[in-house]
Amino acid sequence: MTRHLLSAGDLSASEATTILDSAEQMYAIQARQVKKLPALRGRTVVNLFFEDSTRTRSSFEIAGKWLSADVINISAKGSSVSKGESLRDTVLTVAAMGVDAVVVRHAASGAVQRITEWVGCHVINAGDGTHEHPTQALLDAFSIRRRLGELSGRHVAIVGDVTHSRVARSNVLLLRTLGARVTLVAPPTLMPAGVATWKCGLSWDLDAVLAGEVDGPVDAMMMLRVQRERMSGGYFPTEREYAIGYGLSPRRLALLPEHAVVLHPGPMNRGLEISSAAADSDRSIVLDQVRAGVAVRMSVLYHLLAGADEPAAALEEASA
Amino acid sequence: MTTRDTLLRDVRPLGEPSTDMLLVDGRIAGIGAALTAPEGAAVIEADGAVVLPAFVDLHTHLREPGREDAETVESGSAAAALGGYGCVHAMANTNPVADTAEIVEQVARLGRRVGLVDVRPVGAVSKGLAGEQLAEIGNMARSDAAVRVFSDDGHCVSDARLMRRALEYLKPFDAVLAQHAQDPRLADASCCAHEGEISGRLGLAGWPSVAEESIIARDVMLAQHTGSRLHVCHVSTAGSVEVIRWAKARGVDVTAEVTPHHLLLTVDLLTGYDPVYKVNPPLRPAEDVHALRAGLADGTIDAVATDHAPHAAHDKDHAFGDAAFGMLGLQTALGVVLESMLHTGLLDWAGVADRMSIAPARIGRVSGHGRPLRIGEPANLTVIAPDERWVVDPANLASLSRNTPFAGRSLPGVVLATFLRGRATVCDRLLATGEQVPA
Repeated sequence: MTRHLLSAGDLSASEATTILDSAEQMYAIQARQVKKLPALRGRTVVNLFFEDSTRTRSSFEIAGKWLSADVINISAKGSSVSKGESLRDTVLTVAAMGVDAVVVRHAASGAVQRITEWVGCHVINAGDGTHEHPTQALLDAFSIRRRLGELSGRHVAIVGDVTHSRVARSNVLLLRTLGARVTLVAPPTLMPAGVATWKCGLSWDLDAVLAGEVDGPVDAMMMLRVQRERMSGGYFPTEREYAIGYGLSPRRLALLPEHAVVLHPGPMNRGLEISSAAADSDRSIVLDQVRAGVAVRMSVLYHLLAGADEPAAALEEASA
Repeated sequence: MTTRDTLLRDVRPLGEPSTDMLLVDGRIAGIGAALTAPEGAAVIEADGAVVLPAFVDLHTHLREPGREDAETVESGSAAAALGGYGCVHAMANTNPVADTAEIVEQVARLGRRVGLVDVRPVGAVSKGLAGEQLAEIGNMARSDAAVRVFSDDGHCVSDARLMRRALEYLKPFDAVLAQHAQDPRLADASCCAHEGEISGRLGLAGWPSVAEESIIARDVMLAQHTGSRLHVCHVSTAGSVEVIRWAKARGVDVTAEVTPHHLLLTVDLLTGYDPVYKVNPPLRPAEDVHALRAGLADGTIDAVATDHAPHAAHDKDHAFGDAAFGMLGLQTALGVVLESMLHTGLLDWAGVADRMSIAPARIGRVSGHGRPLRIGEPANLTVIAPDERWVVDPANLASLSRNTPFAGRSLPGVVLATFLRGRATVCDRLLATGEQVPA
């Protein structure tokens, strides 16, 4: 297993599968009354968040605690450039406290990779700018896999603001590694430069994708959150027009194949990229994603910090 | 430091066959075989080293006043002399901004006091570089600093009306407007990577080529309309080279510069997110690098200018997007130009002299620099061992900062000596102090 988790692209198919398989075991623990495993007892994990986040930080915090790690949350928003402290100084200060892993969220792409150059502990990317969010991709893959079985050969459509989405980048890399086909759907203004070289399909037309005209029928629809500030950047004219062009409306929901699932990384803009009908439908696995997030992050922390072994021993110890 | 007469034995002026060259009273006094050293003159056995007119940099950030922790006039002058330069143009984006006669005179005075290179201050085009109202261009031009280059470098004079007025207003002073071509609506300050496959993959805000090209296209038309002199800073794209070539063919009075780093480095270096490669304009793909080399070779681009931009380590120890823009350039410029232009056969030594000394001196209206190597001319010279190589070690550079993108790289050409009006500022590869003048 790798020392750090920076990019979904760093994982081989077997490494990713190992993480997902272990996450299945962790997932089962969530149903227990006593959820704690002793696997990371005595280890310290710092959630170092340079950008606001509730769900990802909470998810990592619970994951660490259920593995018996000591988890510290540090909100470092604005502590870097604006306060005159360099990122290096901030990170060295935290590392000097003797932590075993830092889970980092930062508004700048590549910040997490940069941190690995300065500290000796494990570093986990919890979202860096518009670059990557590998644990989100892992939890998405986990959630799809639970509903549909193997990912290999499945077709996943990712719809929305791909340009500014770290979720999309990590998903394209990981889903491809796991053998799925990906189609990105967005207006041209929200497609990143050079996207034509990515290993995925592209479309400006959501209805064509739903009709199976782009690389066949869709097995999973991933609706990306539209940041409202994109409006002022002139990426699209109005929310109304966006919803009509790229929103998962009740009509579009009905066009999906029977088995297809709907994902959203949250938080959702109901009525914009996703209708309430879609968000609350049986196909929606949005809350499954949240639950999977804890299990996947437990698995990642376990594999990075406790070693590459199967967690079976630890699990047995817990149930004994 | 007093000026000593010097006899350079076995040198190759502009790479031509070996001869001797005698420097007396700050001027070239003799060129020919087997010259005799006058009484008391220093004699340098140059072993076939190449002599060029000392280089002139149109684009240097000396950081003084304001950021003396990153560079000073003294440290920057030392880096320049060691790089073979005899003159640098100190950019206006200091703190306070060089937008009045008082500031430019202060910078010029600091330069004279250090005395290693001629420091020519650049004046701001707009007050405070804010792009709103003209700076005191006339006062700066008429001051003791005699400013002839005006630039808001770091910022584009993006407002078309202000640009037009500035071009017109400069005319009585025979001055040039050096434009930082970057449409801020197409590439704002957050844009830090060439817009393309790599920026998209890395999730870095893209800086599209068209943000530079469209401003240059507008500006060459404004220069034609006003009949003024326009200079384009740090040209970085193939499209910009084409626009400038077209404008020159139309007779527009436009000149252009390219930085050494844009002649050698490409956007591919960004994949590690190391901010040492963060520069404005950004590193571009190899196709642009080839077009820039071709443009410099055919004279579409007139000059090499370093855009030497020192930064304290703590301004680079950030995520890529948060770190400061800029790289060191003065001590590595020659090596990069030799590698990218001379060794590739695109320029000969005379061409190197033209792009690094003669053309920039002409553009900046710098008297005494960029002159032919003839008897009677000022002895502003650099002496280069062309076949030696050196490995760039950031710790050994004269700059107060360490942000060179060439660390660990082997570069060709070693500056053995630099002369400013006959006085050795660099001698035997080292900065010359009073004591180190050779016996």
